[in-house]
Amino acid sequence: MSEDVLSHSESSSFRARCRAFLELHATAGDPLTFADNQKFLAAARVAGLAGIPYAEQYGGAGLTLAHEKIWREEKASFPYADRMFIISHGMCLPMINEFGSVEQKERFQADMIAGRTLWSQLFSEPGAGSDVASLQMTAVRDGDEWVLNGQKVWTTYAHLSHFGLLIARTDASLPKHAGISMFVVDLKAPGVEVRQINQIDGGREFNEVYFSDVRVPSDNLVGDVNNGWRLATSMLMYERVTIGSGLSEQFAHPFFDILVDGARSQGASVDPIARDEITKIYILETCKSLIGLRTQAEVKAGKTPGPGGSLGKLFGSVIAWKYRSIAGEIGGLGAVAWEDGADPMGALRASVVNSFRDGIAGGTDEIQRNIIGDRVLGLPREPVVDRDVPFRELKISTAKQSSK
Amino acid sequence: MKFGFSEEQDELRRQVHRFLEEKSPESEVRRLMETSEGYDPAVWKMMAEQLGLQALAIPEEYGGAGYGYVELLIVFEEMGAALLCSPYFSTIALAANALLNSRDEAVKAHWLPKIAAGEVIATLALTERSGRWDLDAITTKATATENGWMLSGEKLYVLDGVVADLLLVVATTDQGLSLFAVNGDADGLERSTLSTMDQTRKQAKIVLDATPASLIGVDGGAREIVETTLQLACTAMVAEQVGGAQRVLDASVDYAKNRVQFGRPIGSFQAIKHKCADMLLEVESAKSAAYYAAWTADSRDEDLGLVTSLAKSYCSEAYSHCASENIQIHGGIGFTWEHPAHLYFKRAKSSELFLGDPVYHREVVAQRLGI
Repeated sequence: MSEDVLSHSESSSFRARCRAFLELHATAGDPLTFADNQKFLAAARVAGLAGIPYAEQYGGAGLTLAHEKIWREEKASFPYADRMFIISHGMCLPMINEFGSVEQKERFQADMIAGRTLWSQLFSEPGAGSDVASLQMTAVRDGDEWVLNGQKVWTTYAHLSHFGLLIARTDASLPKHAGISMFVVDLKAPGVEVRQINQIDGGREFNEVYFSDVRVPSDNLVGDVNNGWRLATSMLMYERVTIGSGLSEQFAHPFFDILVDGARSQGASVDPIARDEITKIYILETCKSLIGLRTQAEVKAGKTPGPGGSLGKLFGSVIAWKYRSIAGEIGGLGAVAWEDGADPMGALRASVVNSFRDGIAGGTDEIQRNIIGDRVLGLPREPVVDRDVPFRELKISTAKQSSK
Repeated sequence: MKFGFSEEQDELRRQVHRFLEEKSPESEVRRLMETSEGYDPAVWKMMAEQLGLQALAIPEEYGGAGYGYVELLIVFEEMGAALLCSPYFSTIALAANALLNSRDEAVKAHWLPKIAAGEVIATLALTERSGRWDLDAITTKATATENGWMLSGEKLYVLDGVVADLLLVVATTDQGLSLFAVNGDADGLERSTLSTMDQTRKQAKIVLDATPASLIGVDGGAREIVETTLQLACTAMVAEQVGGAQRVLDASVDYAKNRVQFGRPIGSFQAIKHKCADMLLEVESAKSAAYYAAWTADSRDEDLGLVTSLAKSYCSEAYSHCASENIQIHGGIGFTWEHPAHLYFKRAKSSELFLGDPVYHREVVAQRLGI
């Protein structure tokens, strides 16, 4: 992919083109359906604005990363336009592009870009969350195919997806990281069963995906056998870039806005302690925004960025913890009990329950603190008991104990 | 507003850092702590002559170097990290800012060049026995007599009040809040040193009894001057707090890497590791808030009052918390006088309360946000 720098007039005219397209085809603020997302992407394909940095021979627009940056900046004002493709396009597509064989790219890439297929990431398992490398799904070679058995969990949008990138164990005699391979899986294949998870916020975007003797053609192996962990690591880097470091590059006070709305709609003046707590949230959100702005300035100036980039996700969760503790005071009883058709505290309540996601999904707070401590502060790591032990000798969660 | 530092600013930081490493090591901090003046006149002179620190943010027309609040932030950050014992904060963050905002050209032309040259130590005398920082709490009175203005009253918590050559005193007249210049050796002026938890910074009680003073600016016109001065002083204070917070984080991480218990460094235990990660989050946030305050003081394209109060409340709590955790991570040795951890904690606690405490400043933020 080309990183070419654009001239000022090239930038402005491309930006104008993006904006014109978005204003016609995306609706700011509406949570669009999957069908709407697909329609949007099909139109983008026609307009030459789909798969911007990807090669034309694989269905992309053949432009540069500079174009992609402009497109993303403009699309940020229309967050729901292709929201459901965030994993598909943000993680699976770059992986196929970078690590897929020519044949795989020919088979999959164009459909991914045009939104004709939706992809999921299948890593986590019931027994392998923070420690995803301890996964137990097996892939056993049988002639020209691999046979997959096991279960994945927390698979976003699996109930809508056509394909996925999955990691499974191909050699249990090796230590856990060393015996994993990555496959493209067809989620409509026989033996695949998708069940939506009932979440505490009432949503059902996450799924369990069961694999019972699912046969996967050997052409669907991505990269080399037993090299899957390295690929998984690369995919997690794309995740960090896509879903973000948690840092935005402008001032944003989302929880504060909800609290102030809530306080105002209560009618009565907010008591001094509650005012103090709301102000604390404002201050924390300001600091978080500033870290993003400083990090951006450092990158732009070509300096080595400080630790700010590693702090965004944890910071967001820290703020959520504080928010949850104050939101009840502001919301009052009306936040937890309401009549149909009169629910002014709905947004406050929803964000209270939903915000647990911030500290768990994509790396828990505890894992984030470990990463910050180890990699940013250089603290010594905890002793590890399972790194060099053959997988089949490890003690793991939810494993069926062998009879030996 | 720029959110980064220039090469020149980075070089200033390196210079000040090197100077303080040499001239203000822990041994010097401990030595000066025990004195009543609380500073080394030879070092004060070097600061002026070798580094031009007193002149740094004073405009060129008054003999200064004409830099701004971001350069000052860098200097104060390094000074806070080193716990420098010096009347630099009082002279520059309090007095010089008051003079610069006074709109009294004669007074500025008289005092600022002397301050820039390091010839005069100055301070602001505002708080009284109530310890309040809001301007409605001032009871010190100024009376106009045939011999000029006379001040009567009592000021407490005056930074470097005993060694100051010049005291800028906030008092009320019939017209309202006013600012006065009082010589350190004026008649009817009694100065005594307070005992302080933070011995690295000296505070005085000042008793004024028909003390002669000269009016600065307009009679009754000091409210805005003092408010702006306090806001600008906050940008310096939060810089010190950030410097100190980073230093205690470094100390915690260093100890966690080296202290071995149960067969491994204590930093390999998650309880300690997670404390350090949380401290880093606070330090980076505090830095961001402090830098934002300085950038605003220079650019004035945001509400200075909101931004400085935001920074003061956050940086105060962050520094105090990090300094506390630093003691905790050090365990028993952190509870000894000989270990520097308590020096930072005590500076943090004092700074938390000076110029208004976090609750006070958050109320300012709440009002300015219109909550």
